[in-house]
Amino acid sequence: MCQVEEDYRDGLERVEVPSVSKKCVKCKEASAAVVIRAGDTYCRGCFKEYFIHKFRAMLGKNRIIFPGEKVLLAVSGGPSSCSMLSQVREGLSLNAHKKLRFSPGIIYIDEGGVVGQTVEERRRTVAELQAMFKATGFPFHTVALEQVMDLPSSVVAMAPSPSEQPASNYKEAVGHFLQSTSSSRSTPQDEEQTSLPEVPEAHTHFLQQLIGSAKTLTARQDLLNTLRQHLLVHTARTEGYGKVMLGDNCTRLAVKLLTSITLGRGAQLAQDTGFSDARYGDITLVRPMRDYSAKEIAYYNHMFSVASVFTPSLDTKTTDKASIQRLTESFVTKLQEDFPSTVSTIYRTSEKLQTTCRSSAKAEPSDKCLLCVCALDTAVENASAFQATLTSEQLSQTKYPGAAGTEIPRQNPESSAPSGQCCSSGGAEDCGRAERGGGGCCSSAKEPETTDLKSLLCYSCQLTLKDMSSVEHLPQYILSEAQRRQRRSQMREEISEFLLEDGEGGD
Amino acid sequence: MPVLCSGCKEKRAALKRPKTGHSLCKECFFWAFEEEVHRTIVAAKLFKPGETVGIAASGGKDSTVLAHVMKLLNERYSYGLELMLLSVDEGITGYRDDSLETVKRNQQQYELPLKIVSYEELYGWTMDAIVKQVGLKNNCTFCGVFRRQALDRGAIMLKVDKICTGHNADDVAETVLMNVLRGDIARLRRCTAISTVSEGEGVVPRCKPLKYAYEKEIVLYAYFKKLDYFSTECVYSPNAYRGHARTFLKDLESVRPSSIMDVIHSGENLSVRDGVKMPVQGTCNRCGYISSQALCKSCVLLEGLNRGLPKLGIGKHHRLHDKLLSQQPLTEREERKLKSVDF
Ligand SMILES: [Zn+2]
Ligand SMILES: [Zn+2]
Ligand SMILES: [Zn+2]
Ligand SMILES: [Zn+2]
Ligand SMILES: [Zn+2]
Repeated sequence: MCQVEEDYRDGLERVEVPSVSKKCVKCKEASAAVVIRAGDTYCRGCFKEYFIHKFRAMLGKNRIIFPGEKVLLAVSGGPSSCSMLSQVREGLSLNAHKKLRFSPGIIYIDEGGVVGQTVEERRRTVAELQAMFKATGFPFHTVALEQVMDLPSSVVAMAPSPSEQPASNYKEAVGHFLQSTSSSRSTPQDEEQTSLPEVPEAHTHFLQQLIGSAKTLTARQDLLNTLRQHLLVHTARTEGYGKVMLGDNCTRLAVKLLTSITLGRGAQLAQDTGFSDARYGDITLVRPMRDYSAKEIAYYNHMFSVASVFTPSLDTKTTDKASIQRLTESFVTKLQEDFPSTVSTIYRTSEKLQTTCRSSAKAEPSDKCLLCVCALDTAVENASAFQATLTSEQLSQTKYPGAAGTEIPRQNPESSAPSGQCCSSGGAEDCGRAERGGGGCCSSAKEPETTDLKSLLCYSCQLTLKDMSSVEHLPQYILSEAQRRQRRSQMREEISEFLLEDGEGGD
Repeated sequence: MPVLCSGCKEKRAALKRPKTGHSLCKECFFWAFEEEVHRTIVAAKLFKPGETVGIAASGGKDSTVLAHVMKLLNERYSYGLELMLLSVDEGITGYRDDSLETVKRNQQQYELPLKIVSYEELYGWTMDAIVKQVGLKNNCTFCGVFRRQALDRGAIMLKVDKICTGHNADDVAETVLMNVLRGDIARLRRCTAISTVSEGEGVVPRCKPLKYAYEKEIVLYAYFKKLDYFSTECVYSPNAYRGHARTFLKDLESVRPSSIMDVIHSGENLSVRDGVKMPVQGTCNRCGYISSQALCKSCVLLEGLNRGLPKLGIGKHHRLHDKLLSQQPLTEREERKLKSVDF
């Protein structure tokens, strides 16, 4: 079919000839050392200034980080987060009026246990990173992913809203700042041990079982993301940080945006890719590197000797089609080669989007996904992809009426209750509620564990769950919160006829 | 060992559903497929009893299956709809002749009235004549833009209340991806809508009853029902970006079959931040069709053809719209720019 709504590039406009001059476009004196976009050639000094300015401008524009606030920098060892670390150092050493005024700490999450690193390899990586962290003088926390097994349920349960948090009060925040500087700068930190905290072998084994219970790499990567985020947020909370800075750059975010779309996370796109993400309530995730392209960062790190440390990930040494995430990444990378504006175009889309669901900060905890803590996007609405999928699942397991001699219910297209719905009472809403208890259909056999969790998850996390052979390996904090929510919802059902309004009970 | 149908649990399964992975016998698959379309129609309240509905028929698999299923459901569930087939004859020798033959056979099989509107009667130009003037490179712009309006004009001639088109789940998902890649927020927001209300004079409301049907299942349905269709892959290669989006979607589907629905789900749950400027939809000053410019794309293309300046409609030349509207001549320089065409 011919495509109706295509935009056609104007073939008539003259292509601009890149200037041949090798001078810096900024100072017009020094000779150029780096070309960022076509035509934008910078000398070394101006490039540095531009790079540093961009970081401060991003924070200044968004005004989310208070002076004196404790901010946790999530450093993975990759070029982007290491560059972020160097920018924070740079910013703290600037002269008075340009100086960054928050109080940074560093977290490194060692995922060696799930990517097949030996204990020795893990130790080496950690030592290398810790040497880098020490040089900054910032307090740092090295956390093994295995520690996710010991998290409390509060990670995924109701978090206090930011306004109730003393740390977000400006005055107290400044006070806090003074305290923490005096303690963290002058006395040796106990977390600054030079090695990874002892990880019991059984914990590593349990973690591997958990990741292994996901049958696809797509689900494994998704699960790992979730666990990592829980651990980040928990550490921030227990160590008194109000913000967590992530190193996502523009290239990474473009990939992430498209990945969110392909994984069915459209409703969470704004949180997944925006400057700040408030889904955890008292802890806000921020992405100050979002304006830099991967290329810019690579130039900067190279020119100013910002070291990074390679750490393997789940999809290292896999093929393009190994997972949805991997496929999307290679798609964007290849498209970027043919159409150099791909990344920036996708990235700009992220700035124009927000979620349709209620702002998840305000949502009841029972309305949030148990895993990714976003507002649930699984209300069974009429004529939605979600509803259509449930219908397909159900119809594929139902005998066609002609065979059994059943009469086909006649239906007027105007009536809103789809015929043959699983509940005899009819109506999509009833089915939605029934869905919480059992599978797609009331009469279908129940598998308590899997299906019970399902109703507590968003659309995309349900896909991940579907790819898991069993939920028994999930950490206890997730399972017990699931059970708590199920008890609550059972209670609600029992007393539903006496409740005057929905959601008044609170959790 | 033969696999039993997961629906009736009696017969041998004949196929594996691409959408759910279930193994089904022919009858259970037909029923599930038709029932799903029916539930979509009911849930989205696509039609009202007594309406006249034009089925956009190209002779391709989507529209052939659409015509078949619409006819069947209209009878099975007493929708009370007046159905007819609506076809556009672009005037492409060989290609269109064959597909129109298919449509004509469908008409006889389904006993539905058929109206064919031709580019020649609507615009005074056949696609063959257009290709002669603009070359192979840009003609998809023309047939795309002209086609959209042709359906509307045909629908109005036939006094049709609604047009339904054969867009399937793959088409919708592909469009979501493409609009993300192009950063087209306005279309991203609109493209997952299952139906459009009349947007203005000369525009007939449209809907997509097959919105949640997988392309592969449409082919399976046509194959097992032995439906007669013509492969109407456009003879001209699609826009490069759409081609990439299509390949990407196919790859996604092979990694995780639910991807098509997952992308649509994402699209349905996106919304635009307050304060982001959306283009204002206006109407064409010449023909009244929806347009964000003074002249609609179709009128600009036509003007270009009639003045012998084929490039007029291909680039962005909003500046010239006022001149065109007031029938003023273009400057020599402007003309020179618009004349040359690369073949
Ligand atoms: Zn310079
Ligand atoms: Zn989730
Ligand atoms: Zn069967
Ligand atoms: Zn075409
Ligand atoms: Zn017009």
